[in-house]
Amino acid sequence: MFKASVPYLFLSPFFLLFGIFGIFPIVFSFVLMFQQWDPVQGFGAMQFVGFENILFTLEDPWVWKSLANTFWLAVASGLPQHLVAVPLAYLINEKLQGSRNALMGAYFLPYITSTVAIAMMFTTLFSTDYGLVNALLETLQQWPILSWLIPKQHIDWLGTPETVKPVIALVVFWRYLGFNLILYVAAMQSIPRELYEAARMDGAREWRIFWSITLPQLKPMMVFSLTLSVIGGLQLFEEPFILTGGKGGVEQAGMTTAMYMYRTAFEFNDFGLASAMSWLLFLMIAVMTWLTNRALGPQQESI
Amino acid sequence: MLRLIILNLLLACSFAVHAEKKILTVAAYPAVDAIVKAALPAWQQKHPDVEIRVVGREYADHHTAMTTALATSSNLPDVMAVEYGYLGRFAMGGGLEDLAKPPYLASQYREQFVAFAFAQGGTTVGPQAAAGAQSAIPTDIGPGTLFYRKDILDKAGLQESDLTGSWDAYIASGKKIKSATGAYLLAHARDLKDILIRANVPAGEGVYFDAQGKTVVASSPRFKIAFEQAKAVRSAGLDAKIGAWSNEWGEAFKRGHVASQMMGAWLGGHLSNWLAPQTKGLWRSAPLPGGVNAAWGGTFYAIPARASNKDLAWDLIRHLTLNKDQQLAAFQQHDAFPALKVAQTGPFFEQPIDFLGGQKARLLWRETSMAIRPTAVFKHDPIAEEIVNAELDLVLTRDKPIADALKDAGAMIERRARR
Repeated sequence: MFKASVPYLFLSPFFLLFGIFGIFPIVFSFVLMFQQWDPVQGFGAMQFVGFENILFTLEDPWVWKSLANTFWLAVASGLPQHLVAVPLAYLINEKLQGSRNALMGAYFLPYITSTVAIAMMFTTLFSTDYGLVNALLETLQQWPILSWLIPKQHIDWLGTPETVKPVIALVVFWRYLGFNLILYVAAMQSIPRELYEAARMDGAREWRIFWSITLPQLKPMMVFSLTLSVIGGLQLFEEPFILTGGKGGVEQAGMTTAMYMYRTAFEFNDFGLASAMSWLLFLMIAVMTWLTNRALGPQQESI
Repeated sequence: MLRLIILNLLLACSFAVHAEKKILTVAAYPAVDAIVKAALPAWQQKHPDVEIRVVGREYADHHTAMTTALATSSNLPDVMAVEYGYLGRFAMGGGLEDLAKPPYLASQYREQFVAFAFAQGGTTVGPQAAAGAQSAIPTDIGPGTLFYRKDILDKAGLQESDLTGSWDAYIASGKKIKSATGAYLLAHARDLKDILIRANVPAGEGVYFDAQGKTVVASSPRFKIAFEQAKAVRSAGLDAKIGAWSNEWGEAFKRGHVASQMMGAWLGGHLSNWLAPQTKGLWRSAPLPGGVNAAWGGTFYAIPARASNKDLAWDLIRHLTLNKDQQLAAFQQHDAFPALKVAQTGPFFEQPIDFLGGQKARLLWRETSMAIRPTAVFKHDPIAEEIVNAELDLVLTRDKPIADALKDAGAMIERRARR
């Protein structure tokens, strides 16, 4: 009897922790979705309101605005990551093998840097009157042809709705490029060298090899990393939060759904509404992930 | 017999527990935590058997932690510091002890405090309002003032009265400053809106809601005037479009690119300590334009309804808020302007402030604090503020008609407040 229960005893720490920090919050937020709850009043103040939170969420213009912002940022920061990471990985893996580790380390560095440090650096770079970016543009502006393209006035990067999104997307791109790069380099190393040798013997050129061997062989990894990008992009929080001072910026152009959710809970003290938003976001992520896999995933055989 | 022994043992045990040091927890944010710590030795002389734990967290973290503590009724401190912006949420939730009731009877101290501060610690709306509930006791206040750069005004050939006479005069002077020196009048047009919506709030009303909890954003002339003036400032290019507390904000002060800033008197301390110490002697403090009196924030102490050492907590709060020496020390060391009237007298108030070019500004701030009228706080204030700011953005950057913006803001707030 005792012996039989020993494995469960050893397993219990994990299930205990998983129950407290994994299952419980999920169940709790699901319950909260149907409650009106101002947390300051304590647990007793929970009031069942049925689908009111969900209806309010669906009718809230800010939810849709934040979703539009999130999708814009997910595409503008996610797609370039892969469009750059794949060729770059190929270049590093095939042509720059000597300095491969150093290069990969350099590209990976932003990923492990503290978000606060990153945000401080970029707010300083993109400062309107004291930033390096505008100073550089000012210099370029002196040149003959460029003077047509670059505005004379300093650009208020983080204070203009049209520019704050691209800046956030740039920071996210810069931060996660290295992560995708590593995934792709790792996948490329697992492609059998014989395929390349055979192709070269057949007289295939570099472009052809990349297009007909590397890319198809990379596909499973692409599905995987694109899925990660979709999930990460739709949950985007840290970078826009810090770059816009936690408020979402001018016209809330940088307010993502995750940010709006956080603010609804902790600034506007409406946990029921925030829970409804989180489940809406979860649904969106699930659908987008499914669509990604549907579009790119294995058609005939299953993994 | 055996029962008696057990009973005795139990009694002895309980005595032993009582003989141990009591622990009083105080939760606060900077610099309130430092102020409390500094005040402890004096208080502990009266209560040598009490051990005090001061839990200091960053400003936002503190209030998030207190929200969680109130929600779960766990890890509640005995004394909770609450910033004015959060007081409405905490007080209306009913998680704070009503200090107007026995044994506290806080109303007896009403006359000793700056009137508006004590009133703001009271609950003016909601179920507890009728009973005249007092949720918190004020400790420091932020009388609003206009900090301006004397050197920039001199260059533009302007006097202080040119800035403060009226809001139109303030903006007109801003144009002169811009053309003469290139400096912006103020950091952000939103700052102007923020003060104008707080000017002349009718008694018993909040900034965004009337006494019945109905929003006044669309109907009150305060918002119309505030939006119009903010728009005028932006159209004339008089604001630097810099949000407060950003890196650029500090940089603009250091370089003298911004000629004035309206804020609580405590900004003087921040400017001289870290924001722009090299501008010492160049700043002056003036009353807000147009005879407006307003407060920026303020700290209160409250006792959670489920705290464990309420009597000791109340004693400590009284020590922190009703003790003249303690209040004055907090002002001298941490720029926490005293809410206690008797602490607003004495030589320290007559002293010239070097950073403000030898101005005796504390007297001005005291005068302002006496003239400020209380405004009611509401649960939905934070979301109302966010909605108004979002609409102001549209007015400033997209030329949205002000009437439409206020109508939309009113409708959105109405929708939220129904919940």
